[in-house]
Amino acid sequence: MLADWLYIGIFLIISLFLPSVALIVAGILGPKKPNPVKNSTYECGVETFGESLTQFKVQYYLYALVFLVFDVEAIFLYPWAVAYQVQTVFYVVEAIIFVLILLFALWYAWRKGALEWV
Amino acid sequence: MSGTQFIFLVTAGVTLAAAVMTVSARKMMHAALWLVLALTGVAVLFALLRSSFFAVVQVLVYIGAIAILIIFSVMLTRRVVQEQRPRVNRLWWVAALLALMLFTGLVATLASWNGLYPTGQAVAGHPEDIGALGLALVDPAGFVIPFEVASLLLLAALVGAVFIALERKGGMQ
Repeated sequence: MLADWLYIGIFLIISLFLPSVALIVAGILGPKKPNPVKNSTYECGVETFGESLTQFKVQYYLYALVFLVFDVEAIFLYPWAVAYQVQTVFYVVEAIIFVLILLFALWYAWRKGALEWV
Repeated sequence: MSGTQFIFLVTAGVTLAAAVMTVSARKMMHAALWLVLALTGVAVLFALLRSSFFAVVQVLVYIGAIAILIIFSVMLTRRVVQEQRPRVNRLWWVAALLALMLFTGLVATLASWNGLYPTGQAVAGHPEDIGALGLALVDPAGFVIPFEVASLLLLAALVGAVFIALERKGGMQ
């Protein structure tokens, strides 16, 4: 199992290595003749004005939070689903209760309009 | 030194350095990104402990959801994003002393605490056996009460956050 993770680690290192090599080699080898036009921001369309780090809408936060809740729910249900073959009815009912409680959370968020993009 | 030890030392060093950068970065957005690196290091540590399930959970929940939530809440806060106030004030040594006292107190208490060593029930079987974990979660003799309480906790978190966020939105308009 540890060997499987080793492959992921090797791919991680390669995926960090290749783009950084491309950038560094280009920075070393590339000729540098700057002028104001070249140094201006590469922008498609109108140049931005004001600060780019403005306050975002609260909807992003709510969406991320609803996602977090159901992410954790999926994590809890995954081991249960792996053991599904050897379970009795009682175990399945417990998981259904678990899901129903969270469905109530979804219903509440829905009713309150938290899922609507305004 | 074996290869695993080498990977552990590198990961631990990167994780600790990222954690220090998280609390010392001047911009909150950069602190959030350093936190992502620290959490990735913890995921690698879980993998090194042969606990693949928790490594995946670490990536999915902590990096995939909680770090994104933190970044969104940084973007929600007005002006704090570029705040450049001085990081230390006159009473920094009092805070350092208190933190040191709290740390030694916690270490002294935890050193004599039995809960650090597994005395209670553990999930039977091989650590990589996810089916055993799943059975223990719904087993009445296992962890079924914590399992259902976790669901209630998630419900409370969602209801509370929806209430607070929508309240704030109503106040702004």
